[in-house]
Amino acid sequence: MLCSSAVLLTATACGGGGDSSSASGDGDDTITWWHNSNNEPGRGYYEQVAADFEEANPGTQVEVVAMAHEDMVDRLAAAFQSGDLPDVYMERGGGELADHVEAGLVQDLSDEVPDTIETLGGNVSGWQVDGQTYALPFSVGVVGFWYNTALFEQAGITEAPETMEDLYAAIDQLKAAGITPISVGAGDKWPAAHYWYYTALRACGQDVLEDAVTSLDFTDECFVQAGEVLAELLDTEPFNPGFLTTPAQEGASSASGLLATDQVAMELAGHWEPGVMQGLTDDGAGLGENTGWFAFPEIEGGAGDPEAQLGGGDAWAVSTGATDGSVDLVEYLLSDEVQTGFAENDMGLPTNPAATGAVSDPALAQLLEVRDASPYIQLYFDTAFGASIGGAMNDSIALLFADQATPQDIVDATMQAAELEK
Amino acid sequence: MTEVTAAPAATSTGAAVTRGGGDASRVTDRRRGGKRRQRLEILLFVTPALALMALFVLYPVYSAARMSLYNWKGFGPMVDFAGLDNYARVLRDEVFTDAVVHNFIIVFASIAVQLPLGLALALLLNRRIRGRGLLRTVVFVPYVLAEVIAGVVWFQLLQPRTGLLEQIVSGVGLPVPEQGFLGTPDLALATVFVVLTWKYLGLAVLLFLAGLQGVPDELHEAAQLDGASWWQVQRRIAVPLLAPTIRTWVFLSMIGSLQLFDMVWILTGGGPANATTTMVTYLISMGTQRSNYGIAGAASVVLFLIGFALALAYQVLVLRRDTKVDA
Repeated sequence: MLCSSAVLLTATACGGGGDSSSASGDGDDTITWWHNSNNEPGRGYYEQVAADFEEANPGTQVEVVAMAHEDMVDRLAAAFQSGDLPDVYMERGGGELADHVEAGLVQDLSDEVPDTIETLGGNVSGWQVDGQTYALPFSVGVVGFWYNTALFEQAGITEAPETMEDLYAAIDQLKAAGITPISVGAGDKWPAAHYWYYTALRACGQDVLEDAVTSLDFTDECFVQAGEVLAELLDTEPFNPGFLTTPAQEGASSASGLLATDQVAMELAGHWEPGVMQGLTDDGAGLGENTGWFAFPEIEGGAGDPEAQLGGGDAWAVSTGATDGSVDLVEYLLSDEVQTGFAENDMGLPTNPAATGAVSDPALAQLLEVRDASPYIQLYFDTAFGASIGGAMNDSIALLFADQATPQDIVDATMQAAELEK
Repeated sequence: MTEVTAAPAATSTGAAVTRGGGDASRVTDRRRGGKRRQRLEILLFVTPALALMALFVLYPVYSAARMSLYNWKGFGPMVDFAGLDNYARVLRDEVFTDAVVHNFIIVFASIAVQLPLGLALALLLNRRIRGRGLLRTVVFVPYVLAEVIAGVVWFQLLQPRTGLLEQIVSGVGLPVPEQGFLGTPDLALATVFVVLTWKYLGLAVLLFLAGLQGVPDELHEAAQLDGASWWQVQRRIAVPLLAPTIRTWVFLSMIGSLQLFDMVWILTGGGPANATTTMVTYLISMGTQRSNYGIAGAASVVLFLIGFALALAYQVLVLRRDTKVDA
């Protein structure tokens, strides 16, 4: 669930937002909009966007509330409990969104903005429930290995690994050179879980995955195979010492911190990683020009498409009973104009194809290419299944990392948690 | 506690009757009027406290108990009644039963280790030694530090390879665990306990020192005149007279160990491989992280019952001796 905790490229640990406001959706003409672009340039850019929208729609007021990501998540949770939601807010899709839809908290946008939905294409699939679209993704990224090109060179690795065998070879070479190959924040569980998500994505065909996401039936052999491949990787002991309690992104001793400070050669992480690493280094450069990226390797004999990627993102949603004009604001946020500005400011990976060329950061531009070339993007399983099932799944995967669970246990624990939901 | 406060009230009414003397009916009148007034006064003074208690203690308890009977994800109406299913899930969940075991390990280890250590330090620091004030401060400082700050500092000290602690240990030629002290499932709980002892020893020492000040000097002098050694004085006089303080400390320590959360959350988050989960980390991760508020509610009720039963048993079996003496 926390995967998107640094979706914002520049956001890490910043103080609370300055503006304070109540979540209002009643009576007045003010549209309340919560976002997590709490740092410049994103914060200023969104202020400008809101001002432009107000100008184009006389009589409409937009109250922009910028918050640090964690603050926003907490306040949203409270808002969902009380039912007093901001008019426009962020949804991460999947099971979480399905719960909000079931509770009648979020508006169906399918008939309101059909053109925008068509423009965004396959990107919206993570925010659809029963064929209806409930939120419009403005940034969708993919997960892969971020690596330190200088350390790879030092270990004599000339080409980024493409198969698991390549990866094992690279791990051996790095170890031989005295370099810790991979850092993983297994203390937060989801970074460890991403490994299993990927081995499942490579081991299972698209139809099997799509079926499993809806039926919550994981009895297909490929899910056990996913665990077996992961166990094989674990046997090569590639991870940083103490990885079982290593946090994902907080501080220099976190998995991201270890990569940013040249202490490990690679880490499996999402599109937020360069931004997180910049926040963890004194010079604010992260790995700088040594930043490299390669996709999760292919599994020999796996039924999955090696081009398919694991990912997720953030979308704008409109709450039930929101002020008139809220849907227009969301439509405007996904327009060519705003998405291009979003891309120019390197705030994320835009979903509107018109903005693709505007991404200036080379690492993000590469990622965008990979994303757009992939036949499909599997939403992070924990987001897709919701907190309860996803949490049980992540816990058992973390136990596999500690050598206290078998590949079969992961399948069993997930299906057991799914049983409670039925 | 109730017995203690009730006692003076009873004596004062008793005194009023004796002073009243002759006219019986007037006395009862006055007594009745006085009693009513007294009741009003009690009501007036107690109501705000009771109201706050109801709002911030009783209502949350009720709310958690109600939550525990439903399948609820944290928003929308609470309609999916589950009966006692959540309790069955909690009690059958190995992670929770292990958490209970971890809590009790901490309860007993605290008493077994911190009691003798705290007592020894208190007895030492009660002697006239040079720099006594400074030493007392040093022992007490960890307790004053905010738990989260202490936790973060220890987390850094305990980092594998780069942490100061591992560098010291390996510096003197001792082996360090491959995955670090916090990352090795078999060592994690013990490591957390060491940090907890460092943090809470100060409180034990402070309480014991305060208790020792209550031991009359005459007894020390008399014992010394009779030729008792320092050891004998401590064993036969100081420690026995300190017993009520010790019993109170044990009680505080027990309750604290059952509610253990912050330090564990910061050092390990309940990991590695659930080796350091406590009841509270379990209910937090079930509730706010996994949105299984029903299961979290059931876990919190179980925690409440365990704490309540233990507190009650301790009151009846152990602490009653102290309150009886006072009354």
